[in-house]
Amino acid sequence: MDKNIKILVVDDFGTMRKVLRNLLKQSGYENIVEAEDGVSALKVLKGQKVDFVISDWNMPNMSGLELLKAVRADADLSKTPFLMVTAEALQENVVAAVKAGVSNYIVKPFTSEVLNEKIQKIMEKI
Amino acid sequence: MDVRFINAFIDGTIDVLKTMAFIEPRPGKPYLKKETAAQGDVSAIIGLTGDAKGSLALSFSAGSIIKIVSNMLGEDIQEVNADVRDAVGEITNMVSGVSRKCLESQGFNVVAAIPTVVAGKDHTIRHVMGGPSIIIPFETDYGSFVVDVCLG
Repeated sequence: MDKNIKILVVDDFGTMRKVLRNLLKQSGYENIVEAEDGVSALKVLKGQKVDFVISDWNMPNMSGLELLKAVRADADLSKTPFLMVTAEALQENVVAAVKAGVSNYIVKPFTSEVLNEKIQKIMEKI
Repeated sequence: MDVRFINAFIDGTIDVLKTMAFIEPRPGKPYLKKETAAQGDVSAIIGLTGDAKGSLALSFSAGSIIKIVSNMLGEDIQEVNADVRDAVGEITNMVSGVSRKCLESQGFNVVAAIPTVVAGKDHTIRHVMGGPSIIIPFETDYGSFVVDVCLG
């Protein structure tokens, strides 16, 4: 699997972005960009080619779900793999994310093995 | 307070810290707290609505949270800095998520807001409901912390 893919990590908590970056590096992914909410994530996505999005759900300005809907509604971005990494484990949240076209879903807390497995499963389907 | 809520917050706290920081905290006996002074050096509080209305706070001693965040980030952190304060918010968010998932499986629908972090000597925790809260004390090899819950 191509480990040079560019991954956008979106989370309003800087430490969580750092945790995700560390876990991704452990799995061999080095090409990582960051955004602190959905609004800044959309700017990154429109300004450069991103191969994979990992986003939190609960964020100010634009939530992960709103970001997902915006990505799926944009012709240029609609096929971008989108992994939701969130503390929102309630059934209604999972259903809403699936309806909006999420590629997969990880509930915090999680291990590097779980993260890597989810990324690989998504990439294998492409 | 329903013991199922207490158990959900205990299990959620242990699960989050074991998975993200490789530390297994030891819960003590819960007790009633009447004052607003926080028990720790850095705290985060998150509002809850739905079947449980009130708030959940986690308040860490400097020793415990410095080790927890060092493990989470894979860095040797020496003091309560911006990363540590930020992490307390995220840990509280995760504990809330895991606990609410556990409560959902028992028929309770609880919704959470975004956490607020408070730090500094003698800071206070003001719960939305304003009444006495239940303290669940935890010990680690690096210091103590508490889960502070107030539900109406």
